[in-house]
Amino acid sequence: MISALAFLNGVDPWIFAFSFITVVVTIGMGFWSAKQSRTASDFFVAGRSVSVGWNASAISGEYLSAASFMGVAGMVMSSGYDALWYPVCYACGYLFLLLFIAGPLRRFGAYTIPDFAEGRYDSPLFRKIAVCFVLFIGFFYTMPQMKGAGVTLAYIFPGMPYWAGVVLVGAVITLNVALGGMKGITLVQAFQYWMKMFAISVPVFVLMSVLGFYNGHIGANATKETPAASAVVRKPLVEKAPKDEVWTAPFGPLTTKAVNAAAAALPADQRAAYLAEHQRPYSLLYTYSLIMALVCGTAGLPHILVRFYTNPDGVAAKRTTMWVMILIGVFYVFPPVFGAIGRNFMPELYSGIGAKGTDKVVLELPTLVAARYGVLGSILSGITCAGAFAAFMSTFSGLLVSMTGALAHDVYGRMLRPQSNPQERLVAFRFAAVLIGGVAIGLGCFVEPLEINFMVGQAFAIAAASYFPLLFMSVWWRGMTMKGAATGMLTGGLCALVAAALTNFATLALDKGPMGKVFAGFKGLNDFFAAHPLLRILCEQPAIWTVPLAIALMVVISKATAAAVPGDIRMKMLVLHAPEQFGLKQEYIQEHQAGGGH
Amino acid sequence: MATPNPHDDRVHSEEFLHTLMRRQLKLSIACAATFLVALLGLPLLNYYAPALMATRVAGFTLSWLILGVLFFPFVWIISWRFIKRSIALEQDEVNSVKR
Repeated sequence: MISALAFLNGVDPWIFAFSFITVVVTIGMGFWSAKQSRTASDFFVAGRSVSVGWNASAISGEYLSAASFMGVAGMVMSSGYDALWYPVCYACGYLFLLLFIAGPLRRFGAYTIPDFAEGRYDSPLFRKIAVCFVLFIGFFYTMPQMKGAGVTLAYIFPGMPYWAGVVLVGAVITLNVALGGMKGITLVQAFQYWMKMFAISVPVFVLMSVLGFYNGHIGANATKETPAASAVVRKPLVEKAPKDEVWTAPFGPLTTKAVNAAAAALPADQRAAYLAEHQRPYSLLYTYSLIMALVCGTAGLPHILVRFYTNPDGVAAKRTTMWVMILIGVFYVFPPVFGAIGRNFMPELYSGIGAKGTDKVVLELPTLVAARYGVLGSILSGITCAGAFAAFMSTFSGLLVSMTGALAHDVYGRMLRPQSNPQERLVAFRFAAVLIGGVAIGLGCFVEPLEINFMVGQAFAIAAASYFPLLFMSVWWRGMTMKGAATGMLTGGLCALVAAALTNFATLALDKGPMGKVFAGFKGLNDFFAAHPLLRILCEQPAIWTVPLAIALMVVISKATAAAVPGDIRMKMLVLHAPEQFGLKQEYIQEHQAGGGH
Repeated sequence: MATPNPHDDRVHSEEFLHTLMRRQLKLSIACAATFLVALLGLPLLNYYAPALMATRVAGFTLSWLILGVLFFPFVWIISWRFIKRSIALEQDEVNSVKR
């Protein structure tokens, strides 16, 4: 018994209590509200009456994942200015959704992207192709959530290995989803947003009042042009930390990594000239590709788009999007503050690897307050841990529900056993939840050396090259055919997927821990990338070529198959664009039913 | 509320759809252009005017202040203006058919 509880050694009771309560309350709320609305159609139809404020909170609650809560702070700390593009584009990407997609999609009235794909092209086959990307994007998105779980548990229980945390949290959430909790109910998601907001903002204000304000912490980092201008007296930086000059300025360690690796492979006397010629232009290219991935990717995330159908009409969908931008924009001001303070007061994290690295700065930083206010440090750290749990639990559950739904509803219910009864479908749903949860846990165990925020960026890049072109072009161009849409989406999305995977294999091969041995076969890839830094950048941030490629293919193939444009395309376009007051949607449905059983 | 007759031929005409989509797209592109000029212009400023962007403003570098703080309210303003104008546009279309 004693040995079974050995992992509790060195556990801070406050941190443990806050985290435990969060898990119990989240699961409890999930089951309580799942009881209120039993079926999927209950959820969707009843949800339509949800007000803009609640719905915006719920979308924000589902959106703010471990990447936003822990990853952004960790990456700002490790890479400085360049990492700021992530929070800014995570929030501002919603503008593209608002300007081009939210209103029309809501008017069309399909529940999910596969529903939309089928309805827009009258093609059940295309629906199946579209479903694949729910799974592709979903798995890339669950990996960082699993790392968040592993890092948080390794922090709460200092003796626990990373993989044990991943397995434990993954198993709890998977079981919860399989048993019917966490159906993505508006109330629970909205509550999660406000909890995350509280958990990130309150510790920031306390930390700033004790250790100096945001601008003071940035000011403590001197650059070539301007010397340090701040009263903040920081701890000495460790050797592994990037120098002030590159940390504060644009085109820093994140975007110049590939060129720096290439320069290191050259003879010493050629390095300076090589860097002077290539470093900044390649870095600019990296920045643009990153911006494109994040802005376009936000508009193509399957688990977020589902929520837009709970708006009563297109106008409410637009209002909701604006409020989402405000809610998450306010949130995203805070994580970089953790990164800036962490650099000045917790530089030892730079030397940590995997779960002990900068990704845990949000969790550990509040303990600095302990020197002055004693137990308050533990309480604040407990609050950020609770926020982290809320972050990866809500996003992982949301992803698991949409991926399981796709697998159980589309693959099993429509392809394998179309004649199955509801009871069989429920069993299939549970089986699919366990299967997908298991795969996500397995993948999560491999990614300890990769940064949380970076992995989420990859999921965005895949969404940007697959769903975004599909939605954008289907809404605005009537000449699109099913073949054009499918070719563009598949090619663009798969190219981004392969590029992202290659980058990760190369990075994992360099790991000094166990993953380095597992992926040792990919060591040669790093030599190749060192010889071709441009290719490394185009693999690490593929959006700049995959998004145009997808759109170009859609245009070319659609032109070539122009005869296959759906016959009632004008009516479809009217439903997408005309104001709801015309009642065209009802008319469209009647015509469709009259026209022979779609 | 007086619902316009859905079988009104004007709504189903090619011309109506064409004008409607063009007006919507024009508005969306105008707002997107404002946003993109700022979003894509900032890296260019960083690239061509590094000294200017490294100027300290209350401790922040100018570039950090813009990206880390000021960018969010800027986007809120664009989205607020877009929503006002797009609701007005839809109302205008509804009125024009009623008449």
